[in-house]
Amino acid sequence: MNTPALIAIQSITYAYPVHVQKRNTPSIPALQNVSLQVQRGEYLAILGHNGSGKSTLARHCNALLTPDSGRVLVAGIDTRDTEKQRTIRDMVGMIFQNPDNQIIATVVEDDVAWALAIRGLPATLITERVEEVTEAVGISHLRGKAPHRLSGGQRQRLAIAGVLALRPQCIIADEITSQLDPLSRQEIVTLLHKLHSEYGLTIIHVTHLLEEVVQAQRIIIMEQGKIVTEGTPEEIFANLDRLRQLKLLIPEPIELAARLRNAGLPISQAALTVEDIAREITR
Amino acid sequence: MKDAIIITQHLSHTYASNMSNALQKAALVDVNLEIERGSCVAIIGITGSGKSTLVQHFNGLLRPTSGKVLVNSVDINAKGVDLKRLRQRVGMLFQFPEAQLFERTVFADVAFGPQRMNLPRKEVRKRVTAALDMVGLPHREFGQRSPFELSGGQMRRAALAGVLAMSPSVLILDEPTVGLDADGRAEFYSYLRRIKAQQGVTIVLVSHDMAEVAMLANQLFVLHDGHLVMQGTPQSIFTQGEILHKWGLAAPPLSELLRLVRERGVPIPDTIFTLDEAFHWLKEKSTAEDRHQALSLQERQPGS
Repeated sequence: MNTPALIAIQSITYAYPVHVQKRNTPSIPALQNVSLQVQRGEYLAILGHNGSGKSTLARHCNALLTPDSGRVLVAGIDTRDTEKQRTIRDMVGMIFQNPDNQIIATVVEDDVAWALAIRGLPATLITERVEEVTEAVGISHLRGKAPHRLSGGQRQRLAIAGVLALRPQCIIADEITSQLDPLSRQEIVTLLHKLHSEYGLTIIHVTHLLEEVVQAQRIIIMEQGKIVTEGTPEEIFANLDRLRQLKLLIPEPIELAARLRNAGLPISQAALTVEDIAREITR
Repeated sequence: MKDAIIITQHLSHTYASNMSNALQKAALVDVNLEIERGSCVAIIGITGSGKSTLVQHFNGLLRPTSGKVLVNSVDINAKGVDLKRLRQRVGMLFQFPEAQLFERTVFADVAFGPQRMNLPRKEVRKRVTAALDMVGLPHREFGQRSPFELSGGQMRRAALAGVLAMSPSVLILDEPTVGLDADGRAEFYSYLRRIKAQQGVTIVLVSHDMAEVAMLANQLFVLHDGHLVMQGTPQSIFTQGEILHKWGLAAPPLSELLRLVRERGVPIPDTIFTLDEAFHWLKEKSTAEDRHQALSLQERQPGS
């Protein structure tokens, strides 16, 4: 059966308006003839180094940006339809690098409730929803706290809760771990996977870190505004030289596994997590 | 320690609050550490653990609430200490230092510090050219460009040159590679190594990136809630993955992998730490096992 894609990006090109560009940079389009389908329930990772166009692409997925040419359909709705943009953004929520940019209230539960309140939902439903989503992201014990007293990882969870409260079908996480400690970083990636597997959310995980996407279902890599590589993690990590060429940092455990494999040891190419590689080495 | 360039003795710091005493928070509590001259040390810990507060004592940006900080055996809190000279000797590169570039040319930006030191013009020029060479932005090619036309990695190195031009004996780097891509990082590290090798500068690195720390530092200090909770070589710290978790930290992925492999019964020695070392050790082991297997096969089938 051929179910229509949740997000269909059809040969889009986009250049930032000239006043946004840095002085003297030639106006190369940030996206050039990009096509991509995101299926319902998929965990998709968009990778690329700084300036490759990955965030620009992500921002087209919920009508924060609209293409100069080509079109983007979210659940069949054209993102250029300004009257439907609110609907699109309720369906496809976005989380940014810095959680402080999307936290507005002085108490955690007020912040989560905010988007619901301005939509005029009944108070009982709001209370229920706030409970549900703070539970889902693991901050229900912090509901009465002030956001600025929370750690970076907790604030990022709060930002996720605020988006979840609107019951989106898809969440775009744009470099959401880059300001976090290593352990909070792992925890947030685990949370994204939990939202994917337990709540059936579609996840678009934008990052420049290969180690964050070894468990994604599909990876696309951007370079100079184009999609240059696409595949499962196993396919993507089969060619480390190509990843280096694309200025991505190879996680050391994966590099070690590849070198051992090349030296003739029987290490499976499917082993990409630290646990799996350890198991392969000790087999 | 034979020759410590920075020593803290029972260093505590409480941020003053003009609201009430209840809001005061101890940012550092009884920290005792010594940093050896010419070494590269890293201060690690989660956000809010006191890392930045600690390093800001090393050049007198903050003064201890109690306890002492000695730089080159001089108490930074003593009367009559020349803080300006202290800050020239202990250079600090803040987070996202490219935000501090402001001059019209790269040369002028790097020259800003030495000019304020009232050095002769020739000396300023000499220092700026040397500093730009040192960070891989040769004056001939980059000196007259606007700092705002450089790439992210180049801008950051230009900011580093500005600190180097003051000829510091200690260089404090607060999260120096955050926001740089793989290439930018690799370049930054290689220039940092060169600076250390050629100028014998002591480097104090504040970082979240454990792989970076494992690669560059020879001594680590782990802070948690303002307390110094662990110190030692990267090897000794990163083999204790579970204890690090207690402090909200994680060993670099490769150390974590080696720990799991050891747990599963392969006796990789604790001295094995880098990717190369691990590769050679595991390859050796596998070749030795193959040879062993081949030999025992021969024994079982004599004459065949």
